[in-house]
Amino acid sequence: MEANTLARIQFAFTVTYHYLFPMFTMGLMPIIVIFKTLALKTGDERWNESARFWGKILGITFLFGVVTGIPMEFQFGTNWAVFSKFAGGVIGQTLAMEGTFAFFLESAFIGLFLFGEKRLGPKLHWLTAVLLFIGTWLSGWFIIATNAWMQHPVGYEMAADGSVQLTSFWSLVLNEWAIYQYMHNMGGAVVVGAFCVSALGAFYILSNKKAEYGKMFLKVGVIVGCISSIWMLFPSGDLQGRMIAKHQPVTLAAMEGLFDTTEGAPLVLIGQPDMEKQRLDNAVHVPNMLSFITYQRWDAKVKGLNEFPKEDHPTNVPMLYYSFHIMVGLGTIFILTMIVAAFWLWRGKLFDANWLLWILMLSFPFPFIANTVGWAVAELGRQPWLVYGLMRTEHGHSPMVSGGNILFTLLGFAGMYTIISLLYIFLMLRRIEHGADELGAGITPEEVA
Amino acid sequence: METVWFMIVAFMLVCYVILDGFDIGAGIVHHFVGRTDKERAAVISSVGPVWDGNEVWLLATGGTLYFAFPALYAAGFSGFYLPLIMVLWLLIMRATGIELRHQLDNPLWTKFWDFVFSLSSILLAIFFGAALGNVIRGVPLDATGYFFEPLFTHWGTTGDTGILDWFTVLSGVVAFVALSIHGASFLAIKTEHEMQERSRKIVSLGWFALVLVTVVSLVAVMYVRPTLLDNYYYLPVGWMIPLGVLAALIAMKFFNSKGNDKGAFMASATYLALMLGGAVYGLYPNVLPAIDPQHSLTIHNARAGEYGLSVGLIWWPIGIIIAIGYFAFLFRTFKGKVEVGGEH
Ligand code: HDD
Ligand code: HEM
Ligand code: HEM
Repeated sequence: MEANTLARIQFAFTVTYHYLFPMFTMGLMPIIVIFKTLALKTGDERWNESARFWGKILGITFLFGVVTGIPMEFQFGTNWAVFSKFAGGVIGQTLAMEGTFAFFLESAFIGLFLFGEKRLGPKLHWLTAVLLFIGTWLSGWFIIATNAWMQHPVGYEMAADGSVQLTSFWSLVLNEWAIYQYMHNMGGAVVVGAFCVSALGAFYILSNKKAEYGKMFLKVGVIVGCISSIWMLFPSGDLQGRMIAKHQPVTLAAMEGLFDTTEGAPLVLIGQPDMEKQRLDNAVHVPNMLSFITYQRWDAKVKGLNEFPKEDHPTNVPMLYYSFHIMVGLGTIFILTMIVAAFWLWRGKLFDANWLLWILMLSFPFPFIANTVGWAVAELGRQPWLVYGLMRTEHGHSPMVSGGNILFTLLGFAGMYTIISLLYIFLMLRRIEHGADELGAGITPEEVA
Repeated sequence: METVWFMIVAFMLVCYVILDGFDIGAGIVHHFVGRTDKERAAVISSVGPVWDGNEVWLLATGGTLYFAFPALYAAGFSGFYLPLIMVLWLLIMRATGIELRHQLDNPLWTKFWDFVFSLSSILLAIFFGAALGNVIRGVPLDATGYFFEPLFTHWGTTGDTGILDWFTVLSGVVAFVALSIHGASFLAIKTEHEMQERSRKIVSLGWFALVLVTVVSLVAVMYVRPTLLDNYYYLPVGWMIPLGVLAALIAMKFFNSKGNDKGAFMASATYLALMLGGAVYGLYPNVLPAIDPQHSLTIHNARAGEYGLSVGLIWWPIGIIIAIGYFAFLFRTFKGKVEVGGEH
C-alpha cells in the first residue's frame, strides 16, 4: 500500500482510539461536579462517596486518554509533515494553546483531585473537581477549533512561500464552525457519561448490590442523559447540519445518499447506496423532509452528488452515508430511551421497572459508537480535502517516510493498543466489583487513594 | 521576534528535561533504591502525582515548536519518524507502569510493572540523549527541506547517517548517567533511612562516571561539529556556560558529601540546564543543522508568520504564569517525604 493511505489509516486508527477515552472523561466530569456539589449542599456523605467512586473510574480512563493522546500531538509531524508545514502558521496556534492552557491545568488537578481530598478539605476539593472539569472541556475546545479550521478555514492569508499564515486570532479561536461543532461534540461526551452512570446504577439495582447507590446514580444519570440526548438533535445537531448545507453541500449530498438534485428532497431512513448505478437501493424515506430540515421549506431544492465534479466527491460515499445514518439512528433511540426513563423516574416507577433497567444497563456502549461514527462523518465528509478547499489529503503526508516504515509503526500501535484495551477492561471490571464493596463501607478518603 | 521564540522553546525544553528528568531518573534507579516491594511502592508514590504534569512540558514544548517553527516541526518529526514513534511507545509503557502498579496487590503484577517502568525509563533517557546528539551532529536535510533517517547505518557521523552512530550513542550515555543522578538526588529528598542512603550512594558513585562522560562528550562535540564553537568565539560570554557546568559538578559533589540533598538536586538541575543551554547557544541561529550546511533550518527559514508569533507573545506569558502557579500549588500539596508502606 502507498504511504498516503497507510498514513491515513494510522492517523484514523490512533485518533479514533484516543477519542474513546476523552469522550468518557469529558462526559463524566460534569457529573462528578454534580455529585460533589450535591455533597456540599446536602451534607450527605454518600454523594461524596459516589464522586470518589466515579473519580477512580475517571482516573483510570484519564490515564488511557493521556497515553493515547501524546501520540496524536506528534503525529501531525510524523505523518503529515507537508500539511504541518503548510498549516502550522495557523493551527500551531490552537495546538500550542491547548498545551499551555488546558493540559497543564488538567495534569496538575487530576493529581490533586485523585490524591488530595484529605489534604485539601471539602471546599478546595470541590474546586479541584471544577477546575479539572474546565481543563478537560478547554482541551476539547482547542482541539475542536483546530479541526474546525480544517473543515472551514478562516482568518488566514497565503504567504509567499505557499504556506498559510494567521491574520486574525479571534476568527480562528471563535470560528463559527467550531462553536457549533463544540456544542454538538461536548453534548455527545455528556451522553456517554450519562449512559455509563445510568448503566452502572441499573446494574447495581438489578444485581441487588448497593441498590441505594444504584438509585442515586440512576437519578443523576437519567436526568443528565435526557437533557443531553435531546440537545444532540436540537439545537446542536440541527445547527451542524445547516453549517454543512451552507459550506460543504457536496458532503451533505453524500451523507444523505442523494445522487440527483431534487426539489422537495426526501429524508432517507434506510437504504444502501449503489455507487455503480448511482442510486439508493431499497430506500425507505419520509417525503420532502430533507428539504424542510435543511432549508425550512418543503419544496426547497437540494443539490445532489451529480451536481458536483467527481474529483470533489467524498472518497468513501457509502461509509460516510452509513456513519451518518447510524449516528442519527442511535441519537433517536437515545432520546426515546431517556425520555421514557425520565418519565418513569418522575412517576417513581423507574427502580422497579426491570425491563427498563435492563435496557439502560445494556445500552452504555452505543454512545461510544455514536460519537465514533459522528467523527467518521466529519472526517470522511471533509475528503478529498485535508484543509477544505485549500489542500488535498493526497498532498499532505510526509514525503520521505516510506509505506513500509508506516506499516511497521501501525502494527506496533495496533499491538500496543490491543494490550492496553485488555488492561482497561480488566481494571474496569475490577473497579465495578470492588466499588460495590467500598460504597457505603465508611472508607475514608485517604484509604481510597 | 524569532529569537524570542527560539529562547522560549529552549526554556520550555529545559523545564521539561529538569522536571521529567527526575522522574525518568527515578525510573532508572528504581530497582537500586527500592529493594522491597514496599520500598518500590514508595518510589512510585514519590512520582505518582507529578509525572503527568512534568510530561506535559514535553507536549507543550512540542506544541510551541509547531506554533513558532512549523517547518522545523514538519522536518524534524517526519525525519525522526522511527525513534519518535518508539519514544511514544516508551512513554505509553512508562505511564502505565507508574499508574497500574498500585491497582492490584499481587507480587507478580507489581514486579512486572516495576520492570516496565525501569526499562522504559532507561531507554527513554538514551533515546532523548541520542536525539540531542542528532541535532548537534546535523541531519541529512536536502533541498526540499525534509530528510529521513533509518535507526542505524554505518555508525559514522558523515554521509548516509542513521539515528544511532558512535557520537549519538555517546550522547545517549551522557543523558543516561546525568538523569540517573538527577533521579537519585530527587529520591534522596523524598525518602528516608536506607532508601535515602542508597540514593545518596548512587549520586556519589555516579558522579565520577558523569565527570568522565561529560569530558569525553565535550571533546567529541568539538571533533564532530567544530562550528558549534563559532558563537562562543563571537560572543565570549558564552564561555560562562562550560564554567557553570564545571561549578555545578563541583557543587553536586560538595552537597552530596555534606548530605544536603536539596543542594545536590539543584546542582544537578543546573548541570542539565547548562549542558542543554550550551548546545543551544552553539546552535543559534540554526534550529536543525544539515550535514550540508546550505540546507540547514534556521530560525529565519523555519518560523511562522509575524502576526501569529506576536499574538503568541500575549497569551504565552499568561498561560505559563498560570501553569507555574498550578505547579507551585501541586508540589506544595504533596511536599514532604513519602512513607514506606504508606499510601499516597
Ligand atoms: C452521542 C453522540 C452523538 C449523537 C447521538 C449524535 N451525534 Fe452528531 N456527531 C457527534 C456525536 C453525536 C460527534 C462525535 O460529536 C460529531 C463528530 C464531529 C463533531 O463535531 O461532532 C458529530 C457530527 C455530526 C455532523 C457532522 C459535522 C461535520 O461534518 O463536521 C452532523 C451533521 C451531526 N453530527 C448531526 C447530528 C444529528 C442531526 C443527530 C441527531 C440525533 C446527531 N448528530 C446525533
Ligand atoms: C480534532 C482533532 C482532529 C484533527 C485535527 C483530525 C485530523 C485528521 C487528519 C489530518 C486526518 C488524515 C487525513 C485524512 O484522511 O483526512 C484525519 C483522518 C481521520 N480522522 Fe481525524 N482529526 C481529528 C479528530 C478526529 C477524531 C476525534 C476522530 C474519531 C474519533 C477522527 C477520525 C478520523 C478518521 C476516521 C479519519 C480517516 C479519514 C479517511 O481516511 O478518509 N478524527 N483526521
Ligand atoms: C488529533 C487530535 C488530538 C490530539 C493531537 C490530542 C492530543 C492529546 C494529548 C497530547 C493528550 C494528553 C494530555 C496530558 O498529558 O494531560 C490528550 C488528552 C485529552 N484529549 Fe486529546 N487529542 C486529540 C483529539 C482529541 C479530541 C477530538 C478531543 C475532544 C474533543 C480530545 C480531548 C482530550 C481530553 C479531554 C484529554 C484529557 C485526557 C482525557 O480526558 O482522557 N482530544 N489529547
